[in-house]
Amino acid sequence: MKRVVITGAGTINALGHNVPDTLEAMREGRCGIGDLEFRDVDRLAIRIGGQVRGYEPETRFNRQQLSLYDRFTQFTLIAAREAIGQSGLEFSGELAARSGVVLGNSGGGMTTLDENYRSVYEDGKNRVHPFVVPKLMNNAAASHLSMEFNLKGPSFTVSTACASSNHAMAQAFQMVHGGMTPVMITGGSESMLCFGGVKAWEGLRVMSKDGCRPFSANRNGMVQGEGAGIFVFEEYEHARARGAEILAEVAGYAMSSDASDIVMPSKQGAARAIKGALADARLNTSDVGYINAHGTGTAANDKTESAAVADVFGAHADRLMISSTKSMHGHLIGGTGAVELLACILAVRDGIIAPTIGYDEPDPECALDVVPNEAREANVSVALSNAFAFGGLNAVLALKRFG
Amino acid sequence: MSSIKDRVIDIIAQQAVLEPSDVSLDSTLDDLGIDSLGLVESIFAIEEEFDISVPFNANAPEDSEFDISSVASIIDGIEALVKDQS
Repeated sequence: MKRVVITGAGTINALGHNVPDTLEAMREGRCGIGDLEFRDVDRLAIRIGGQVRGYEPETRFNRQQLSLYDRFTQFTLIAAREAIGQSGLEFSGELAARSGVVLGNSGGGMTTLDENYRSVYEDGKNRVHPFVVPKLMNNAAASHLSMEFNLKGPSFTVSTACASSNHAMAQAFQMVHGGMTPVMITGGSESMLCFGGVKAWEGLRVMSKDGCRPFSANRNGMVQGEGAGIFVFEEYEHARARGAEILAEVAGYAMSSDASDIVMPSKQGAARAIKGALADARLNTSDVGYINAHGTGTAANDKTESAAVADVFGAHADRLMISSTKSMHGHLIGGTGAVELLACILAVRDGIIAPTIGYDEPDPECALDVVPNEAREANVSVALSNAFAFGGLNAVLALKRFG
Repeated sequence: MSSIKDRVIDIIAQQAVLEPSDVSLDSTLDDLGIDSLGLVESIFAIEEEFDISVPFNANAPEDSEFDISSVASIIDGIEALVKDQS
């Protein structure tokens, strides 16, 4: 089996419009969550989110591109330009024919849907723009990414709600690991911060009105975010031969299904995914220094996740660090695992553990070292990234320091 | 208000990223670099501008009642539709 390394990373999210700014914000424990700004926000009960601010689409894309790119596609391309730029790869000939794109996404072009439903239902219009379908389809981002960079290999979009990006990256890893292709572009994106997108989540009564405080006893729900994270997964020998800078090694993964409830998480399902990722990566529990938690800030997730970690790691659970960066960038739903993988790279490459901010009070049901409020320096060689989705679909990735 | 002809040329020019003065009546959409997506977007813009419905099916453009073979034929078609549908 081939070793798989990460040779490029890109992002845009509430903490920054690129990787360096995002990692700096994570180091400083900055909060990207604030008052939402969009039409009809005054009709929402939930008015906060991790919105991408100071972003001017016209400076990144021309008019024709913007007529075809929903916001989630725009975010994907911005992150992909950064990641592929960093990798130094150019795709032509045999490499282009074999390299592909696997992305995670949940809602597709939710702002496109929202605007056009408003137009036909509220404004009573009988005609919509011809590009509504190609803009809102969930695979639009993967397709435009493949077109912009000439990626002609296996390309598709994976949709497993909050675990979409982790499932996508696991799939991309497997393709490189198994020798199908030397390079895959992977990660995910989401943009559902619009009236309809937030209204739908509001209905479920799991959202916080005032902030995301994972693992804290006074937590009261999740906060949505938006953005994208994109990575270049490359076969190690291919990367080495061209002298590429290696950010980290992807060591393994596991996926599981709770097969029990459409919204409530299961300790057993989560534990099986964590244990499976360690087995796949041939790691011992004691090798793991950091876990980027799913850590949504809901009552159910955080205690179930803490119990699953305690079960898998036993006594070592008290020695490892686990933080939820959703406290800073919000929950990017289908894109969340991709942005959170950046925190794992920060841990294994730079020895910096991103904190769980907004942490006020210990919860005896979440009695782990959640790196409260301030980043910490630590020598960590292995990090896990957890994602446990609605629908009970779980995916955990294992990242190793390279070298 | 400018003429139907000028308004149609403005829409086509915007789609082709050209100045209206560069769009001649005998140009085909192909000459102007407008592809199939650009064509449906232009038709949408024309429908919005004149509040008409253009009988056009992208599956078989040449079989449509609406003649898109040149800028002049498009303008003729729009003038007829505006007259019929007003």
